[in-house]
Formats: sequence, structure tokens, C-alpha cells
Amino acid sequence: MTQPKNFAFGDDEKMLRDTARKFLADSLPTDKLHQLVAGNPDLYRDPECLWDKALWQQIVELGWTTVIVPEEDGGMGMSLVALTALIEETGRAGLPSPFIVTSNSSLVLRECKTDPACRLLGEIAEGTTATLATIPKSGSWYALDCDVQIADNELTGTAYFVQDARKVDKFIVKAKSANGIALYEVPANAEDVEVIADAIIDLTRDQAHINFNNVKVTDDQLLAAPEQGCEALDNAEPGILTLVAADMCGAAEWQLQTTVEYTKVREQFNRQLGFFQAVKHPLVDLMIMIDHAKSLTYNAACAIDSEPENAAEFARMAKARASDVAAFASNRSIQFHGGIGFTWECFVHLYTKRQKHNQILYGDASYQRARLADLLMGPVAI
Amino acid sequence: MSEDRKKDSPEQADFRVHCRSWLSNHVQKDPTTRLPQSAIEIMHTNQMDYLRDWQGKAYEAGLIGCDYPVAEGGGGLNDCQIIANQEMQGADKPFLPNILGLGMAAPTIHFHGQQGIKEGLLPRLFSCEDVWCQGFSEPGAGSDLANVQTFAEKKGDKWVINGHKVWTSLAHFADWMILLLRTDKSDKYDGLSYFVVPIKSELGKTVEVRPLIKITGETGFNEVFFENLEVPEDNLLEGLGKGWQVAQTTLLHERGAGPMVTPSSGGGNSKDDNHVGGAYSLINLAKNSPRNGRTAADDPVMRDKIMEMIIRQEGSKQGARRARIEALCDHPMRIPLQSKLVMSEIRQDCGALAMEIEGARSTLYINDDNAPVGGEWPLAYMNSYGVTIAAGTSEIQRNIMGERVLGMAKSK
Repeated sequence: MTQPKNFAFGDDEKMLRDTARKFLADSLPTDKLHQLVAGNPDLYRDPECLWDKALWQQIVELGWTTVIVPEEDGGMGMSLVALTALIEETGRAGLPSPFIVTSNSSLVLRECKTDPACRLLGEIAEGTTATLATIPKSGSWYALDCDVQIADNELTGTAYFVQDARKVDKFIVKAKSANGIALYEVPANAEDVEVIADAIIDLTRDQAHINFNNVKVTDDQLLAAPEQGCEALDNAEPGILTLVAADMCGAAEWQLQTTVEYTKVREQFNRQLGFFQAVKHPLVDLMIMIDHAKSLTYNAACAIDSEPENAAEFARMAKARASDVAAFASNRSIQFHGGIGFTWECFVHLYTKRQKHNQILYGDASYQRARLADLLMGPVAI
Repeated sequence: MSEDRKKDSPEQADFRVHCRSWLSNHVQKDPTTRLPQSAIEIMHTNQMDYLRDWQGKAYEAGLIGCDYPVAEGGGGLNDCQIIANQEMQGADKPFLPNILGLGMAAPTIHFHGQQGIKEGLLPRLFSCEDVWCQGFSEPGAGSDLANVQTFAEKKGDKWVINGHKVWTSLAHFADWMILLLRTDKSDKYDGLSYFVVPIKSELGKTVEVRPLIKITGETGFNEVFFENLEVPEDNLLEGLGKGWQVAQTTLLHERGAGPMVTPSSGGGNSKDDNHVGGAYSLINLAKNSPRNGRTAADDPVMRDKIMEMIIRQEGSKQGARRARIEALCDHPMRIPLQSKLVMSEIRQDCGALAMEIEGARSTLYINDDNAPVGGEWPLAYMNSYGVTIAAGTSEIQRNIMGERVLGMAKSK
């Protein structure tokens, strides 16, 4: 299969993206974001979950959560490229929301192809939110590694590094059985489910580990049987990598533009900062890196829809490049703001922290390159 | 290839069939001499003769100058040069030798020359009957290009030219030169004018070409001296004092960001190509290079570095694709202005990494029979500095993008 030249980014996708960009610029300018999430700088504060629920309701009404839900399940059935463009905008805005985790959930559910999974997709199209509870304590990104067990229709154990856990209605829980890895739907408010918030660096999301203390489940909640769970997760992985790459591209563009604007207003030695090539040239390098990461991200998104045989390869390229871009954008944006850039009141730290979190999620740049090398070069001879 | 074909216009689709048919039927005999890695390293007449023959045949078949008007020797087609390039690059053919003519002189003459000049010079440029060179840099005008001092003075109905150009690739084969010079010493920019001037016919008379030797040991670029060279008024492009404006057309095309697509064959960065210079070719090189008791392909650090190169190359390729999708570009010149800088730095870093992979054997140069890949990688690495310096250094490129795209304060 081959990709369309235009990344399948047509008029509908453009209209959706442009509307989102304007909506977020109007409803969540950076000063408002800072007020929302950075009001309490206390180093020893309890873990918070700060987001604008009214804003989220508007987003649901705009239909963003239905974009990649298939039409037969009640969604818009648009391309992953359309969703990628939306996520890029939420990254640019630094939006705290369950959007990306619900999108990740949809990506996994699309691969499950069971009645409960289709039903949950339909609920997502109507505004239900969900997140993946799939990562073990070791932080391994392998689908097979799991600290939750299923036996006798009871879930026991703990899922770690659960993203935006305190914003969602449903958990998609990965559980190990004698026959393999299964996926279950568990309501966030179910009995014997204990959500313990992590104290994290990023102010624009929340994270938790979740104890499942003999949580009873029924067949209605079985999204993927033990024989199918790993495959569903592996198949969804390129999409998940692509979306987080898109978030980083959008955030990096904010970091670039904000820093460039600062070099135009800040003067030293009677000249604008941007005059100095030690400042100008790294920002040009950043711009080029963002453009490569963004192009790779759209290429990966398009491949997932129309060139699936190469999707894993392209998604790892996108996540690797975007992670490196995020690191460089964060580094230069703080450095070029000088002393003010080192303070809590300057907005750049919000993005640095979000980026650092994104860089790590689902495997950082060198991890992606190692996995890409396995695809392109074959495994290492031992 | 089918990806390229997917959105062809009817005209492009027909033309692609024509290109493919001609290329598959055309037998290009093997060269009797080693060919250099690119046109600007052509040293010997037998290399030039072989490549000139190829360009001439491709022109006769209609694969060169496709988008130029018929009156100028072109094909009179719309957006078809890109099609010809895709097909030529996929067909394992040699590169085109008249690169400075095709890439810079032709679009500049097309946009700024009088009709007689266009009709007289462009057909012979496309066919490679005339080889072209570019007279921009001078000993005192490199990155500060507008500081050129070569001078033209009007005497009667002729312009009389005196001066000294340097780093002039292909001047030793050139019939013609595009020449940026000064006609007014009182104004840095508005004192510049732009000419086309004969070279070969004036050798031993008013023009002298002296070869320079590059760090690779190759020749291919030169110094050019003018002593009272006389040219007619028609050879002045766009008019007196318009040299800087005309030069922008040349530079834009030189950096791959101009409206006319430069004809190109040979090379390419496809996944299956194994030619020296592409990041994917590093995989096979690593598999064939011993390192620390295994091969370089089994060394995790080398694997990481190779993947990083491949990702950079793929990013650049996808960037070129995205540059054509207006809805995915916030600033129209943002990606086009990057292409020269990115391509040249990838090529340089790829060469350095290839030598790292080759290890001890990378010390062997093209004149050693035991050199891996014929010693082409060390040669490519050293030659890459020509590209990061020529056509505006990487540093100048960063200034241009910082100022024109990001709107930062001018660094001068």
C-alpha cells in the first residue's frame, strides 16, 4: 500500500485543525494555563489534578474525541492524520486534559475488535473518557510485561505510570493470565480500585499507580481475550507513539516562537538578543529539527492508515526525532530567556516539564532508535 | 514509484510513461574511466565527454528543460521536470555534468534575459554543447558576496570587464559564465550588475583560467582572471545596477528553493540505494565492517548513530514532501530555505560516520586497492566541505533563515 502525497491532509482536516488552534488560543492562552496549573509552587504540596472541566466539556461538544472512532461505532471515522493535527494543537496549548489518553484508548480499542470494545468506543464517541493501565513497576514498554493478574474473574496487582488517571471515567487494564495478556474495562470508581496519585514534575497532567484489590470483572468487561491482548497493544503502539510525537511537535513550536519573540524584545549591549549568532543559529537549528519531527510525525500517521507495513518503522522515527527536538527546545528556551527563564513565573518551565514527560513516555529517543535498528538491521548477533 | 504516480496530472502521467519508456530502452554504455562523485569534481576531458554525451541524449529525449518554453529550447510542459527527475533518479543513470548551467544559469537567464539571449544560449546549455560556470565569489567576497570588485566599464557600445573570480567550479570546461560584478563603486548593492560572458572563446586572450587543487587532491574549481574582456550590451541581464536582484534568483535556485526545478539524474536517497552518500547505505557498510570482535552492525553505539542518520535523512525527505502541502506549512519559505543546509550537513555527517564504521580501513584512500568501497567514503567526507561552504556557508544559511523566516534582528 502507498500513501497519498498530501499525507491525507485535506480540506476537512485543515478546517478541524484551524478551528482547534483558534479555540485553544482563545480559551487557554498561556497566562491562563499558568494560573490554572502553577498556582501553588510549594515543593512539598500533595499531588494535584488541575484541569478545566468546563473547557473539556466544550472540547467533547466540538467532537474531538469522536474523530478516530469508526462510523459504525458512532464516531466520525476520520484519518489518524486529522487526530494528529488536533494533538499537535493541544501540545502547542499545553492543554491539561484526558484527550490524548482517551485517544490512545480508542487506538487500542480499534484493534480489539470485540463487542465490549466496540461498545466502549461508542461510549467514548459520546463523551466517556478512558486511559490505559498497562505499564508495570519496572517501566518496561513491552506488552508482555505486567504487574496485574487475572484469575477467577478477579483482577489483582498494580498498574503504574497511568496517565491522567484522575481525569477519566474508565481504565483499560492489562492483566496477565495463564493464557496470555488480556485487556479489561474497569470503571474508575469501581469497588476495590485504589488510585494513588504520583507526585510528578509535569504540571499539565496527572499520573497515578492503581491498585486492583481483587476487583471483580465480568465477560462484558473483557475487551481482548488473553490470546489477543498483546497483539492489540502492539498494533496500537505506532499510533500511540505518533500522537505523543505530535504533542511534542506542537509544544516545541510554542517553545520556538516564544523564545524567538523574546529575542526581539530583550536587549543587551544595545542590541536585540537575536542579533547575536550564538542565539540566532541554535533557534534556526531548532526550527529545522521541529520541521523534520513534524514531517516524520505526519508521515507516520498517514502510514498507519494507508501503509501499515511500514507504520512501526515510521512511528519510531517520529517519536525518536520528536523526543530529541523536545529536549533541545526545552534546553534552549530556558537558556535564552536568561535569568527570568529560571523562575517559576516565566511560562517556559511549563513546557519544559511537559516535554520531559513526553520524551520519556513509551520510550525515549535512544530506545526508539534501538527498536528501529532491530527493524531495519535485524537483531544484534550475540 | 507508484506513490509518485498517484497524484500526477494527465500531462504528467503521459510524460512519466514517455520517460520510463525512453529510460528503459536507452542503453548508456559504461564509462571507460572512473567518474567523480558529482559534477563539480569533473577533472578530465574523458570524464566530461562521457557525461556530456549522456546529458545530450537525455535532452534529445525531452527529459531536460521540460518546463521551459519551446522557444528557449525547452519542452513547453507544466511541472514535468520533477517527473523526469524522479524517473531518471530511479533508473541508475549517470549524473548531469552541466549542473551550474541547469541549476543556476538557466533559471536566471529565463527570468532576466532578453529574448535573443534566451533563444541563443539556453538550447546549447540544455544539450550540454555549452558548459556553464558561475562567477560570484572573489578573494574579498565570500560570505559577504555583495562586496565583489570585478568591474565593468562602458566603452562605446561595449562593456569592458576586469577582475578576479575564485572557487569557480567547471571554469576549465566552461564555454560561458554567469558573472556578478560591479558597475558603480559608490553603492554596495545598487552598484552591482549581472552579465553572461564567454570563457572558452576568450582563453589566451582576455580570460585566464587557473586550476585550484582541493583538499581531496582533485581539481575541478579554479581562479578566473579578466583583462579587458569586451561584451555587448545584450549580455547585461535585467539592466544596469540590478545585479543583486538578479543574483537572488540564482541563489534561490542554487539553494533548491526556486520556482524552476533543476534537472537531476543519478543518486537519490531511496531506501534500497547503496550509493556512497546515503544514510541507508551505512547499514550494509556496518555489516561488512569488523568492530570489537563482532561487526559494526552488532555494536549498539554504532546502531544508534546509524539510526540517527537515517532518521535525519528521512526527516529531510518527508520535509520536502510536506513543503508542497500548503495547509501543513505555516511559512512558505520555511522548509525550502532549509534544503541546502540540511542536505549538506547530512552528507557531511554521513561521511564522517561511514569512516567511523570502516575503522582502520578508512585510512585507505581511493588510490589504494585495499580501500573499502574503493575509498569513496573518505573522498565523500572531504568533498562534503565544498557543499557546506559553497552557495552561502552553513553560517550564512542560518542567518538567512533566522532573519527571513523567524524575523530575528539582522546580524550585520
